Amino acid sequence: MGVTGTGLQQTIFELGRAGRGGGKIPHPPRDALDRIPAAARRETPPGLPELNEPEVVRHYVNLSQLNYAVDTGFYPLGSCTMKFNPKLNEWAARLPGFADLHPLTPDAAAQGTLQLLFELEEALAEISGMRAVTLQPAAGAQGELTGILMIRAYHRARGDSERKEVLVPDSSHGTNPATASMAGYRTVTVPSAPDGGVDLDAFRAALGPRTAAVMITNPSTLGLFESRIGALLDAVHDAGALAYMDGANLNAILGRFKPGEAGFDVMHFNVHKTFSTPHGGGGPGAGPVGVGETLLPFLPEPRVLREDDGGYRLERTGERPSSIGRLRSFVGNTGVLVRAYAYIRAHGASGLREVSDDAVLAANYLKSRLAGTYDIPHDRACKHEFVASAATIKKATGVRTLDIAKRLIDYGYHPPTIYFPLIVEEGMLIEPTETESVETLDAFADALIAIAGEAAATPDLVKEAPHDAPVRRLDEATAARQPNLRWRPMTGAHAPCPD
Amino acid sequence: MPYGPHTAADRARMLGALGLTSVDQLFEDIPEALRASPLDLPDPEPELELAARLSDLAGRNRTGLASFLGAGVYRHWSPPAVDQILLRSEWYTAYTPYQPEISQGTLQSIYEYESLIAELVDLDVVSASHYDGAAATAEAALMTCRATRRDRVLVSRGVHPHYRETLRTYFGGDLELDEVPLVVDGDAAGTTDLVALDRLLADPNRPVAGVIAAQPDFLGLLEPMPAIGELAHAAGALFVAVVEPVSLAVLAPPGTYGADIAAGEGQPLGIAPQYGGPYLGILASRDALVRQIPGRLVGMTADLDGRRAFVMTMRAREQDIRRDKAASNICTNQALLALAASIYLATIGPHGLRDVAALGAARATELEAALAANGAPRIHPGPYLNEFAVRVPNARSVHRRLVDRGVLAGLVLADVEPDDPTLEDGLLVCATEVTTPAEIVRFAEALSGVLGGRPPTAVEAGAGTERGRRAAAGAVR
Repeated sequence: MGVTGTGLQQTIFELGRAGRGGGKIPHPPRDALDRIPAAARRETPPGLPELNEPEVVRHYVNLSQLNYAVDTGFYPLGSCTMKFNPKLNEWAARLPGFADLHPLTPDAAAQGTLQLLFELEEALAEISGMRAVTLQPAAGAQGELTGILMIRAYHRARGDSERKEVLVPDSSHGTNPATASMAGYRTVTVPSAPDGGVDLDAFRAALGPRTAAVMITNPSTLGLFESRIGALLDAVHDAGALAYMDGANLNAILGRFKPGEAGFDVMHFNVHKTFSTPHGGGGPGAGPVGVGETLLPFLPEPRVLREDDGGYRLERTGERPSSIGRLRSFVGNTGVLVRAYAYIRAHGASGLREVSDDAVLAANYLKSRLAGTYDIPHDRACKHEFVASAATIKKATGVRTLDIAKRLIDYGYHPPTIYFPLIVEEGMLIEPTETESVETLDAFADALIAIAGEAAATPDLVKEAPHDAPVRRLDEATAARQPNLRWRPMTGAHAPCPD
Repeated sequence: MPYGPHTAADRARMLGALGLTSVDQLFEDIPEALRASPLDLPDPEPELELAARLSDLAGRNRTGLASFLGAGVYRHWSPPAVDQILLRSEWYTAYTPYQPEISQGTLQSIYEYESLIAELVDLDVVSASHYDGAAATAEAALMTCRATRRDRVLVSRGVHPHYRETLRTYFGGDLELDEVPLVVDGDAAGTTDLVALDRLLADPNRPVAGVIAAQPDFLGLLEPMPAIGELAHAAGALFVAVVEPVSLAVLAPPGTYGADIAAGEGQPLGIAPQYGGPYLGILASRDALVRQIPGRLVGMTADLDGRRAFVMTMRAREQDIRRDKAASNICTNQALLALAASIYLATIGPHGLRDVAALGAARATELEAALAANGAPRIHPGPYLNEFAVRVPNARSVHRRLVDRGVLAGLVLADVEPDDPTLEDGLLVCATEVTTPAEIVRFAEALSGVLGGRPPTAVEAGAGTERGRRAAAGAVR
């Protein structure tokens, strides 16, 4: 199948015309670059499009309208916590005092941000029951790497070089095994128990002197609290290994369960999930990591320190030799962390607990609405999300979960996460969050129930969905087989004029 | 809860539907012994008070200093169109475009980002995107190991110290990392020592996967990139160029001097400094390495009707598909910052970008002359673009006293390179298109005052604070 026409909207390259634009930057003196040796200079200017500002603005505004977003509708994407992003936080992050601050500004001139970061570390430590928190990791996955590298450093510091394995349950996020590989560990996948929880016996059998760490998501990716977590943590520690908690699902347990108190050694936070920082179409996030006493010496540098005089400063390079070092440049995704700080302050202790209470209540209510129409493989109280399955519908009608997801688009919803976790056949992971009204939950349930009816009555209608989206289903196979990843350089009238 | 919609009646209705009387019943699966102690956090803060708290904290940062600080993060003019488009919540409240039918905005913008950066770096494959320049450089280094099946990487000491520290963290396992020293004196002082590089590449028992060098280097100097690339390739290694994107408007792009991979910090493309992030990790490669590049790729394809559309592709490299065999664990990336960079490039245009780079170079020339005339000559003789190192006696103390006079005199090099005697008493300073001639004069006068023992004037003493700006404005009147 070939590509015809220009699609929904021309690319920014097709819009460009030589001679458009300008007026942004004063012209430099003609001799500005004369002192740059010819060999180091660029011979051909980059083939960037030339546009004027109104065209650029219209292009991006029109493109934005092809997106579905939390601010346009219900986005129950399981595991991603697509809650409302408060506007105060966008305002705060753009305050010039925060936004214009260079990351290498001397500590004395950065006291406001340093205080904010210090207080955020303390709040996250309190929420997680951990001893201390680093704000450096740029995203949850980098937080995972930070945690696993600290665990590696811990074993090395004890002269224990035999531990080469990281255990993960088969319901884990893909980032867990990918992180273990990046840190040089072999991943051992442990099957889940029939009730969806960790299989304690299987874990005990897999644990041993070669186990460096166990990575657990709690509540699990099925949205279920790991009730056997106490016994599992004991087994992990008895084996000399450490326990990592993937904090992706923290939105379910604020004020109810503190991983550090329960015995986890390390965990990461996804502030773009639990603490409402925007998902940004794929990022940025931030992935703070909390540690217990055991891993405290290994935290990345620099930490934010409070001095005796009440001032704040960043740790100096090499000040704490036991540190695993840096994971990235500078202190962290501070602009994201300002938003998380504002969110935590706005809620306080009581508000955060209510967040989880309402998120869990909404998920259980929605689950109860769908039971009877969809399979609910693990029908007990869920936490902030749950898995429904279209396995029975598929058997009866041939309509798959993918089709139902696409049909939801016609009803005006973003589909849930589908085919994850991998252990549920035809699964859809539904996470409503606490910021959706009961009317929205009911309307969404009505839509899913109506689609189940369509699957039986008019299956092709569902299989060919979406019908009302900007485009129909895409040819992903050709895209992967003959990748076109770049607009070809412009020629003729589209080429930029020489300087 | 400030953003929750539920009334007491709503909660009662939901609980009733579940046959429950209290939400506590939904948490009974948490074993009693493991239930949390009460959260010890302040009370909820109403928006009005919270806004005042945040303003107060922001106001305690001194962002009004005349700043000559770069060192990897640069002040630039970002047309207001950039941030105003970013504030459309169709961009920032969406997530990864897993459902392409309702994500064509994000997908097309990513394809355009890939294409725009490809033009800048002159390489065909652009990943969208990585956390920052340091993480992108570390991913580039890991790519060279996967592609060559070798496990040793050489990094020039001319690469940003934070990037080198990040590389050391990422390479702490079975992979080896060696640093290539810089030339100590002579015309090439401060750039990669090619003789030492050749020697490090020659060890037959320790074959090298990749060589990493930066253009401009951390000290602002222009590196002999073609020569570094040739040495790397002669030893069967890949060549990674760490680049600054604005400079690519005027400096030779990596694709023309043989780089296999380009990595860099995208912050200069319209993104605010924000005390460290979020920024944008640029990572690009030659076509041949497309299956080794980590991070999202968006490609052009067609829908069932043959209409042009865009989709995430070559997903078999990614963690949610390949798990422990993935090219990286990266999941959330920096999509919104990639969008910012695209809007910036589209708004500023090819000629504007050249003007940004050239005006920065012109201001830097003025800065060099002003500092040299007031007791702070350059350390290195070689060519630079818009950033360079100067030497002053007691640099750390001078730097601190200049802050008191409202001038942020770049970076104290000993803070980041404490073990390099050639950088003792060095300050790394930069100019960009937003640096004004008046700021350069102010820097020079303050420097002369500090070195000459003159006490700060009233204007200097208050500079960089709100009160100081008002005082300065009053003084002018």
